[in-house]
Amino acid sequence: MTSTSTPPHRLDFATALTQWDYAPAPESVKPEIAGRYGLFIGGEFVEPHGSQSRGTQGDYFPTVNPATEATLAEIAQAGEADVDAAVRAAREALPAWAGLPAKERGKYLYRIARRIQERARELAVLETMDGGKPIRESRDVDVPLAAAHFFYHAGWADKLRFAFPGWHGCPSRESGSTAGTAVPPTPLPIGVCGQIIPWNFPLLMAAWKLAPALACGNTCVLKPAETTPLTALRLAEICQEVGLPRGVVNVVTGDGRTGAALVNHPDVDKIAFTGSTEVGKRIARAVAENNYLAHGSESRATKRLTLELGGKSPNIIFEDASLDQAVEGIIEGIYFNQGHVCCAGSRLFVQESVLDEVIAKLKIRMASLRVGDPLDKNTDVGAINSREQLGTISRYLGAGCDEGATLHVGGAVNGLADRWNGTAGTAVAHGAVAQTGKGYWCRPSFFTGVQPSHTIAREEIFGPVLAVMSFRTPEEAITRANNTPYGLAAGVWTDKGSKIFEIASKLKAGVVWLNSYNKFDPASPFGGFKESGFGREGGLQGLRGYVKA
Amino acid sequence: MTTRLPIPKTYKLFINGQFPRTESGRSVKIAGAAGNTVAHTCHASRKDLRNAVEAAAGAQAKWAGATAYLRAQILYRLAEMMEGKAGELAEAHRLEAGAAGTHGSESRATLEVAAAIDRIIHYAGWADKYPQVLGCANPVAGPYHNFTVPEPVGVVGIVCPDDHPLLALVSLVAPVVCAGNACVVLASETNPIPACILAEAIATSDMPGGVINILTGFRDELVPHFASHREIAAIHAAGVTPEQRKTLELGAAENLKRVTVRSSDGATKRRSDEGGFDWFDDERCEGPQWIEPFVEFKTIWHPSSA
Repeated sequence: MTSTSTPPHRLDFATALTQWDYAPAPESVKPEIAGRYGLFIGGEFVEPHGSQSRGTQGDYFPTVNPATEATLAEIAQAGEADVDAAVRAAREALPAWAGLPAKERGKYLYRIARRIQERARELAVLETMDGGKPIRESRDVDVPLAAAHFFYHAGWADKLRFAFPGWHGCPSRESGSTAGTAVPPTPLPIGVCGQIIPWNFPLLMAAWKLAPALACGNTCVLKPAETTPLTALRLAEICQEVGLPRGVVNVVTGDGRTGAALVNHPDVDKIAFTGSTEVGKRIARAVAENNYLAHGSESRATKRLTLELGGKSPNIIFEDASLDQAVEGIIEGIYFNQGHVCCAGSRLFVQESVLDEVIAKLKIRMASLRVGDPLDKNTDVGAINSREQLGTISRYLGAGCDEGATLHVGGAVNGLADRWNGTAGTAVAHGAVAQTGKGYWCRPSFFTGVQPSHTIAREEIFGPVLAVMSFRTPEEAITRANNTPYGLAAGVWTDKGSKIFEIASKLKAGVVWLNSYNKFDPASPFGGFKESGFGREGGLQGLRGYVKA
Repeated sequence: MTTRLPIPKTYKLFINGQFPRTESGRSVKIAGAAGNTVAHTCHASRKDLRNAVEAAAGAQAKWAGATAYLRAQILYRLAEMMEGKAGELAEAHRLEAGAAGTHGSESRATLEVAAAIDRIIHYAGWADKYPQVLGCANPVAGPYHNFTVPEPVGVVGIVCPDDHPLLALVSLVAPVVCAGNACVVLASETNPIPACILAEAIATSDMPGGVINILTGFRDELVPHFASHREIAAIHAAGVTPEQRKTLELGAAENLKRVTVRSSDGATKRRSDEGGFDWFDDERCEGPQWIEPFVEFKTIWHPSSA
């Protein structure tokens, strides 16, 4: 694909970057951030234990704003003793919480939903400062959806016995036997849930994990991502505010060691993990070892596991699609949240007859995507979450070029022009990645000339990088879309109804967006096929992972 | 007048609708209650397992794509064929060494065969109903038509316990197959003969070749290969040792297989709900909760606008 396919009367893609300029429109709310945050255990913020063997004080690590690299706060690094304290708190809280009249349990969740709504602006700003996502997204997507998840699940608390028809054999609160009872049995909670969440939707993932667990009567130990702990800690404050019984929700911050301590803790009944497939497999192995040790053991619980892992989701555009809408869907699919989305539509398959037209439209649309200050209300693409992730994306950009694909970089850089410092066009990233100045920046881009064997077509990049490929027949589209160990999501674009449902039925993916992409709702189950994990989050099916079968 | 010499049957594997011998050339002596040699069965190898998985993978899409009504009718047809072989199946139960006290007795064997046939009937009826019970329409907050449907996971590995060589096998297989999955079954080690007879019923039941494949052999030898095979999407097992279970779960971690182990041994653990159950217990062994581990939930969104 060459630039000659761009219609001459349209805005030129290459020079658009310098032509667009916007006055800053920063969000003005300044949330209070403490200098240092402890761990939320048993309803209190506490200092982390030090290493007893070395007699040291507890450790703290900085959480930084990825747009400025300024330290926002010092965060406690939870060690094994801290995780143990959190699990004990959750265990102690379990009988009372599970035994609470279900409607009362639901009312706590309603309260949490309300407080999230009331503190929405503060949470949105905090989310954007800690994670780098555009304020427009944290304000309009993350925070409202987080509140909606608590609200939706609050209502399930006293209706669980209607959720699973046919579970007559399941252990019930009413007694072992259900024969002759008019009321279906209420499923029992699993117990203490260890929940480990990623940095791409910090508050929303906390809500996805906590809300169904709490509604079903479980107690939780939540481990937020190392780079984005602030909104989870704010959620802990909300739990205090609403009077949630102590120990029902505990938050332990830290890096991978904290997560490992939680996974390996003998008294955790369930692990729910959202993150990479690599770490998910490691957790699955650890749980297998644990469950072997638990056999016949009095002190070790058998653990259940749900995993929401990576993806390399296909977005398929047929020649009979509404192409302008489809191009919006491409943008929504891969550049939403800087591409830090497990279900991102990172493999674009375009029917050959419209490939040139779609790419031309895509370039035009990308030229108006504004890359810049995440707190600016006009920003479309914010900061990359961490230096480490920027490095990962850069390596994939380099690999794509090295393996022979052609990189096209778009996005209107807004107020950050100096960050590139004339490096555009250099080998590694062709100006996609900022080379100088503060913050971690990556312009949206796509590759053409991509082969299915290319690294960028196979591996999850978790950045604003799209691999564009073409196909001729629907059968070829299905085969190529399914040719991946992942199976999280997929998009299909065509105005032909019978075709779209046929394609949807053949795609091996847990979420299929037809003539749409990246839509989320608490009533809609989310989760993957194959190596994208197992279990669902949200909706009726999402409850399944938090009750005993 | 000479006594007629009976023709003992050679039991073979059941792969892709055919009855091959094991490629390994190995066989196992099946001992009767009196220690006598009842028959020889194949001692399946890793290669046989791989062949069976290939057959299952080849058959699964078409089986899943068949109408649910057709899948239901074929399972019903299987029950019909089993009914015709009920006497032979019951007799095979009585052959089992050491089984005389339990399901080896004549009445018990007959009951077991009847229960197995009835279990097939139960799941035949689920083929066109489980999507209605497990799936749903979702009231999302926006102009979208949103619904969740259960779809088969693909190829399921089934590891049978030694006890209840027909009833347990059927109870593990029927919920898997009714949902549109294909499977590779490792039969009871101590008495695989009912499984071999079942294969003959399957072969004459309109069930497409490859949907149900049955191997005879040893769990210790084959469980690690079930665990590690990347084309197997889920495992349904019962009667495995804690070590075998660990092997299954560790292997499953490599491609994130869904593993379901039914503990029918009566073992209970702290905070575990996997208490023992009786394969004859319809309440415990029948229902959509047996199908659910072998489906993936697919949620589909479509804008709704004029």
